[in-house]
Amino acid sequence: MIKIQGLHKSFGKLEVLRGIDCEISEKEVVCVIGPSGSGKSTFLRCINLLEEVTKGSVYIDGVKINSKDTDINEIRKEVGMVFQQFNLFPHMNVLDNITIAPKRIRKMHEVEANDLAYQLLEKVGLRDKASAYPEQLSGGQMQRVAIARALAMKPKVMLFDEPTSALDPEMVKEVLDVMKQLAKEGMTMVVVTHEMGFAREMGDRVLFMDEGVIMEEGTPSEVFGQPKSVRTQDFLSKVL
Amino acid sequence: MIDFLDAIRFDMIWNYKELFIRGLWITLSLTAVGYVGGIILGLFLGIGKLSKIKWIYYPAKYYVDFFRGTPLLVQILLIHLAVIPSIFGHSLGYFVSGATALMLNCAAYNAEIIRAGIQSIEKGQMEAARSLGMPQGEAMRFIILPQAFRRMIPPLGNELIALLKDSSLVTVIAANDLLYAGKVVAGAYARFWEPYITVAILYLLLTWVFTKVIAYVERRYSNSYIPSQRRRIFTFGRASAGG
Ligand SMILES: Nc1ncnc2c1ncn2[C@@H]1O[C@H](COP(=O)(O)OP(=O)(O)OP(=O)(O)O)[C@@H](O)[C@H]1O
Ligand SMILES: [Mg+2]
Repeated sequence: MIKIQGLHKSFGKLEVLRGIDCEISEKEVVCVIGPSGSGKSTFLRCINLLEEVTKGSVYIDGVKINSKDTDINEIRKEVGMVFQQFNLFPHMNVLDNITIAPKRIRKMHEVEANDLAYQLLEKVGLRDKASAYPEQLSGGQMQRVAIARALAMKPKVMLFDEPTSALDPEMVKEVLDVMKQLAKEGMTMVVVTHEMGFAREMGDRVLFMDEGVIMEEGTPSEVFGQPKSVRTQDFLSKVL
Repeated sequence: MIDFLDAIRFDMIWNYKELFIRGLWITLSLTAVGYVGGIILGLFLGIGKLSKIKWIYYPAKYYVDFFRGTPLLVQILLIHLAVIPSIFGHSLGYFVSGATALMLNCAAYNAEIIRAGIQSIEKGQMEAARSLGMPQGEAMRFIILPQAFRRMIPPLGNELIALLKDSSLVTVIAANDLLYAGKVVAGAYARFWEPYITVAILYLLLTWVFTKVIAYVERRYSNSYIPSQRRRIFTFGRASAGG
């Protein structure tokens, strides 16, 4: 469902992505690991064009998204994203955070949007927080709302950029549990993470990125069990 | 000192009280029109200055540079004596010229405030909105501006007070504003203390009231987005509009 060919991305002279080829099929959970600065976030952000692609192509359901004729807003409706810093809208309560995009972008009616929001809040275990404001929530709760907000657009793919890295340790689990649930329901997911436990347990495939390329990829047991490249071994020995 | 106070003749102010009341009214009207217009125009200019499109960015930038880089007094004279007569063939009166000049000038300063306010919102907010499929304009309107406006309240408040005082410059085109009332009285009696002190006190009174209102709005909006506080802001809004 996602096909990436020869993806290059530079910021000025700095070449961050140096040729990435990758295919992600429906219902697959792909975990992206790698050292800081290796280009994981940039890679993820190229999939919904939060970063402009320098060279190469990104296809979603056969449509080349980095082409002039593609309406990027149409693509983004189908690609949900969850950020490390949650990025909830602080001036809106939880319900409005979740319903604003369905209402404004999908033209969903108020009642329908609210129903959907309550369903999603139920799913992430925050039904009672509908009228709370983000500043009244803990980090873990905020991230779960952010996941619900992204899901409200009924995306085909969900991108997660280190969704638990900004959380206190005791809140990591509640967010990972929601993500596991989502994976079990068959959501296609690309997850940049430092949670090797999650990658090992939930990942159908693990990509190890280093210096802007995919250095190694395989099933979790391949990558974690018998890493081929020295860089992977080196990285894993530091984080495991 | 006693002699001096005895010599002061406030009765002459009283005789001209209609002129001062009218002056107050004109000053407030000019400020209000200039400010509201200046915010609307400033919003477009401020967003224009954030544009990556050259033919939007440069006009906005040159506009702001011009109006911030030349004296308001010169702008008032240019607009009243040159621009408006050239366009319409005759003057449209001091109020139109004065309000236009104040608005155009205020817009340039507001543009910088609005630009800075928008830029102060974390990049993640725009990214989150765009990642949900919101077009740039909608994201600006529903996500960025509501947050940015709160941060703009203090500097926009300063701008209001500055504009109120700067509006006195329209006296040069014989606008019947507050300062002009003082000038007329000074001319009629050939005395300067009473009329100009009165004018000063009236301006001080206005800036004092404005400062209080701004401080109130600032306090209400500065801390938190939680609604119990917001409800009180709206109560305040209605009360002030009614009274
Ligand atoms: N907008 C930008 N402008 C310039 N350089 C950038 C920009 N975004 C990222 N970079 C650079 O690109 C490189 C890769 O960044 P990226 O955020 O993709 O790494 P990462 O693998 O996600 O790292 P981390 O684990 O720290 O999040 C870094 O050197 C970073 O400084
Ligand atoms: Mg990153």
